[in-house]
Amino acid sequence: MKNRSLFSTAAILFAVIITLGFISGCGNPDMGTGDAASRVYVAPGKYDKYYYFMSGGFSGQVTVYAIPSGRLIKTIPVFSQHPENGYGYNEETKSMLNTSHGFAPWDDAHHPEFSMTDGKPDGRWLFINGNNTPRIARISLTTFETEEILEIPNSAGNHASPFITENSEYIVAATRFSVPIPNKDVAINSYKNNFKGTVSFVKLDQESGKMSIGFQILVPGFNYDLAHAGKGPSHGWAFFTSYNSEQANSLLEVNASQKDKDFIAAVNWKLAEKYLKEGKAKKLNSTYYRNRMDESTRIAGSEQLNEVNVLDPRECPGLVYYMPTPKSPHGVDVDPSGEYIVGGGKLSTVIPVHSFTKMLDAIEKKKFDGEIEGIPVLSYDATIAGEVKDCGLGPLHTEFDGKGFAYTSAFVSSEVVKWKLGTWEVVDRIPVYYSIGHLSIPGGDSKEPWGEYVIALNKITKDRYLPTGPELCQSAQLIDISGDKMKILLDFPTMGEPHYAQGIAAEVIQKNSVKFFKIAENKHPYATKSEKDIKITRDGNNVHVYMTAIRSHFAPDNIEGVKIGDKVYFHVTNLEQDWDLPHGFAIKGQNTAELLIMPGETRTLTWEPKSEGIFPFYCTDFCSALHQEMQGYVRVSPAGSAGELVINK
Amino acid sequence: MLIAAFIFPLWSIELAAPQYPEGLGFYIHIDKLSGFNENDLNTINGLNHYIGMQKIEPGSIAELEYMPVIVGTVMILGLIAFFIRKKAVRIIWLVLLAVVLAAGVADFYIWGYNYGHNLDPKAAIKVPGMTYQPPLIGSKKLLNIEALSLPHAGGIAPLLSLLLAGYSIFLMGKKEGTDEKVA
Repeated sequence: MKNRSLFSTAAILFAVIITLGFISGCGNPDMGTGDAASRVYVAPGKYDKYYYFMSGGFSGQVTVYAIPSGRLIKTIPVFSQHPENGYGYNEETKSMLNTSHGFAPWDDAHHPEFSMTDGKPDGRWLFINGNNTPRIARISLTTFETEEILEIPNSAGNHASPFITENSEYIVAATRFSVPIPNKDVAINSYKNNFKGTVSFVKLDQESGKMSIGFQILVPGFNYDLAHAGKGPSHGWAFFTSYNSEQANSLLEVNASQKDKDFIAAVNWKLAEKYLKEGKAKKLNSTYYRNRMDESTRIAGSEQLNEVNVLDPRECPGLVYYMPTPKSPHGVDVDPSGEYIVGGGKLSTVIPVHSFTKMLDAIEKKKFDGEIEGIPVLSYDATIAGEVKDCGLGPLHTEFDGKGFAYTSAFVSSEVVKWKLGTWEVVDRIPVYYSIGHLSIPGGDSKEPWGEYVIALNKITKDRYLPTGPELCQSAQLIDISGDKMKILLDFPTMGEPHYAQGIAAEVIQKNSVKFFKIAENKHPYATKSEKDIKITRDGNNVHVYMTAIRSHFAPDNIEGVKIGDKVYFHVTNLEQDWDLPHGFAIKGQNTAELLIMPGETRTLTWEPKSEGIFPFYCTDFCSALHQEMQGYVRVSPAGSAGELVINK
Repeated sequence: MLIAAFIFPLWSIELAAPQYPEGLGFYIHIDKLSGFNENDLNTINGLNHYIGMQKIEPGSIAELEYMPVIVGTVMILGLIAFFIRKKAVRIIWLVLLAVVLAAGVADFYIWGYNYGHNLDPKAAIKVPGMTYQPPLIGSKKLLNIEALSLPHAGGIAPLLSLLLAGYSIFLMGKKEGTDEKVA
């Protein structure tokens, strides 16, 4: 009895000591201190040092933040309709959202990725994947607009995308969900026989950035999760993580977590190019869409494409190798030197790091542990360079500071862990709030990271901000990595889910930012380049209004002769040729969205009046001292009325 | 020296306002007007319509057509005068240049006066007693805009050549005086 109580007293004491130790150990002395405040303070009128492009996750868009202040400076509509400026609603941009499944006005946008020159972000374009209806979008970094969206055929869930090669030769895609290829009506439990994966290489035109499917590779039916292209010595290769090598088709949380190793697929894309040239690819009929904005008209058009080149590893030796990687790996990240390939072993207790040199050696010496559908499995010991121990729970993603250190996000233990390349020792760790997914260092997946900060992109915020009902914001946390110890500087909420983000020094893109479009270069077929040219025409039930907007009036501003049953096209040209002078256009009862028209540009809003009467239209972007006067009227008469179309009678 | 009038702007008019951090204004050349930035004339016309000022349209300013001819002629005459080394000829040229310059500046003033006073009675913004004549030289606050008008290289050069011509005549006078003594 006595013994037992002594034992329990000791146990309680022990628990108290542990708890106290834990609390003091978790203390975060730098948070919110004056020093941190001054590090993120950007005085009014001054510029931040970095642009940060964050994916909007389920919002489908990209947001642009200025760092270190954490100020939101722009939302770029990409996969989702955006009534604020008419993207995806107006005649010029709605084709951008066409897919082989029809009009798809939303998506789940995950990974922004800069175009690269010599392994460094060059500030020309930003790419981002649509995870749900597999797509890749290309955004211009001079206009901050979506210029092209390419659908990825033979894919279901484009998650491992759009990671880019070091000179923007290709961006990659892979199917997260394996499905029958080509897709067909089969029993779901015939997974092992019928389901396949693909990895895709999207070729970029080096001048225009225009995208096309270079080739696809048919791979075993696992879940392909994330990717990164090699760089430096590993340029010419791309690496894809896979999980569910168990090939389960239900209750994956258990059934896909049985094996202690899944795979990183190493793809030799230079060899794939050679096989393609030799005619080893099979043409596969696959319907997919490509939507592009024409530069001179600024109108997006859609084309349906029907064929892709598919390579099969069984007929193309040396094209793909599997590197066993513990356990259900998520991220795969290549260090700035191109030598180390870091797996984010999501369910693993270590971070496995493969060596590219060892991988080549293992291939040469055929150190194989079997083969899966024509893909040799390399022996784990033959490729592994080291394992980072005590790396936190649920390691997902790794980025690099260019000074020999790597930073890994640990989802389950909510922390960023800093470790040293080569020695694999953990040198620092910092808690984040809460449940970090990706992390991002400016240039952190390139050959020459800017370093300085790491941004934690957190899935859960709970008590971090004033509560806003059941739906709370997600967040980013800015952490200083310029010293030996990481220091948290700032929390800021994000739009949608900040799934991944990429940062770039402001000077790389700031100077190229377009101020307005030159009216003389406007090739829109319905452009009205001068007030003298305004007119209204009828073509059956279609009424075309050639309208201009300039401070502070529309021309025409009185329109009569429109009838119920007409479809009215307002082609509004903003005649301004000055910086920061968009005009808006909206009409009462509008069923789609308003227009925001940039200076020198023409945008078209369609309107189908359903009742007779007088309908006002007006400018929705506060443009000038007489903005409130910037208005007009449309008279709508019953169907079959005699009145001719007239403007400003 | 007068060639400068063909190369550089004669005058510059700068309009400073907080919402134009990138600068706004235009240069008056001998034969054209040009904005500091590509579309400044458009922008200025856009702003001016609120207060009922007429549009500045280079095509409708006759001076921009005949000024080059007049200044060109004066320049050629000046060269001739330089080679005819006679004091009287130079004095005549000097007077001619002075007259042309004075006429030019007067014309500019009148243009500015008309431009600033001849306002559309239907203008949206009417400030009692307010006119918008830009200053000839110096700065003036016009509503929210600080207008600064200064001669530019092409405008300073003719003044300098006027002074130089005067100086050369002065030297000539001295020389002739000495020559007489020697004689």
